[in-house]
Amino acid sequence: MKPAPFQYAAPESVDEAVALLHDYGPEAKLLAGGQSLVPLLNMRLARPSVIIDLNRIRELDYIREDEGEIAIGAMTRQRTAERSPVISRHLPLMAEALPMVGHMQIRTRGTIGGSIAHADPAAELPAVLAALEGTVVIQGARRTRRVTAQEFFRSYLTTALEPDDLLVEVRVPAQDGDGTAFLEVARRHGDYALVGVAVAVRMNQDRCTRARLAFTGVGPIPVRVPEAEAALADRELTDSVLNDIATIVRSRITPESDIHASAEYRQEVSGILAQRALRTAGSRARRQTGRQDRIG
Amino acid sequence: MKRRGRMVNRSAIGRKATAHRGNPGYPSLAAPALVTTKEITVRVNGVAHTAAVDVRMTLVDFLREHLRLTGTHVGCEHGVCGACTIQLGDLPVRSCLLFAVQADEAEITTVEALGTPDRLHPLQDAFRAHHGLQCGFCTPGFLMTAVAVLRENPRPTVQEIREALAGNLCRCTGYQGIVEAVLDAAERLMADRRK
Repeated sequence: MKPAPFQYAAPESVDEAVALLHDYGPEAKLLAGGQSLVPLLNMRLARPSVIIDLNRIRELDYIREDEGEIAIGAMTRQRTAERSPVISRHLPLMAEALPMVGHMQIRTRGTIGGSIAHADPAAELPAVLAALEGTVVIQGARRTRRVTAQEFFRSYLTTALEPDDLLVEVRVPAQDGDGTAFLEVARRHGDYALVGVAVAVRMNQDRCTRARLAFTGVGPIPVRVPEAEAALADRELTDSVLNDIATIVRSRITPESDIHASAEYRQEVSGILAQRALRTAGSRARRQTGRQDRIG
Repeated sequence: MKRRGRMVNRSAIGRKATAHRGNPGYPSLAAPALVTTKEITVRVNGVAHTAAVDVRMTLVDFLREHLRLTGTHVGCEHGVCGACTIQLGDLPVRSCLLFAVQADEAEITTVEALGTPDRLHPLQDAFRAHHGLQCGFCTPGFLMTAVAVLRENPRPTVQEIREALAGNLCRCTGYQGIVEAVLDAAERLMADRRK
């Protein structure tokens, strides 16, 4: 056998899963897509004594529009989201990031909620959630709570989830007015990002009225750069402005060096990706506004 | 330290004590029992198999050791190499990252269903013709991925093929022959459909 011994249950509803977590929370791990957890189990880097398999809970597989937000059930497969017309229309940033999440086989099983709950520091979906200022809905034994992306990601692979919590839904404001772009540098297609950036900008004619940038791969959690975002307010996205933004980003990002890339490399690439993503997002926003003007 | 985004729950002790009096905050359903073995029924290549398995037996080990379907190979066991790729329903998945118990009541397709030595699937024949394999260890995984790719995208470009196969690693061929085989197979399958 590959994993260390564990006991197993496959609840068929959220209530059953929450009851199991209430009884076994601290010793248990939740099994969603398994694309991150099972490698850890197979290599015995993780040895939970209980595995709670969420894959029979059908009620957590959905994508809905709900009052200006897109609500995604935590067990929605990444592949489903990748092909969803709702996501491509209202969350193009997520649609652009999803093909970079692992490989096709991984996305067949991997889930939206699982990727966010796992909170790998080089994963794509946490950065998307941070840039779009989404929230997660967490169900515990006693109550349900909503946590913003900013409060949710705490450190490497560490989130606001308590041992008896179940992440049930991811909610993201529909990006109907913004231009967005997701760019990533990795050694091979499908690898975790060495550096990735998720960008959303709102434009008024040629001026940027609001910008949000969230980086992945450069820190323990998705990194926003408020100084860069402030410097973009009411500015045109000229080459000169974007050069300044790259300089701000490079000075604010403090990545670690590791076997995949040095800190200096990640800093340099962060600045460049920010420029490129802002340029792309800005022109997409202007095209959208142009379309809306013609229709309206 | 007060956590933002979460109310401090001061009445935790009180709530636990009232749990059995139907407190709506406490789940009333019994939690399912924990098990270490389970009897499963899996349809593999159209044939149903029933077996009692340890819950931590991976699906690839079940296919190889219980069912003696050794066409599916074990490479890295942590989801990187793709040698273990099978189809769950009609979608490609890594069988080293699934437990056999998760395949209970599921339909699985392995490379054994693709063709026989006397009647190769067009994709297998294309691999043979274009030197898409040398040692053959990665090949079943490539075939199971490629079949699914061509089902969804019958006319892929070279770039689309390379991206779609990025989750399968080959140490022998350098991939060029594999890409050519898939391109060729796409044409053959289109031609078959037109017949």
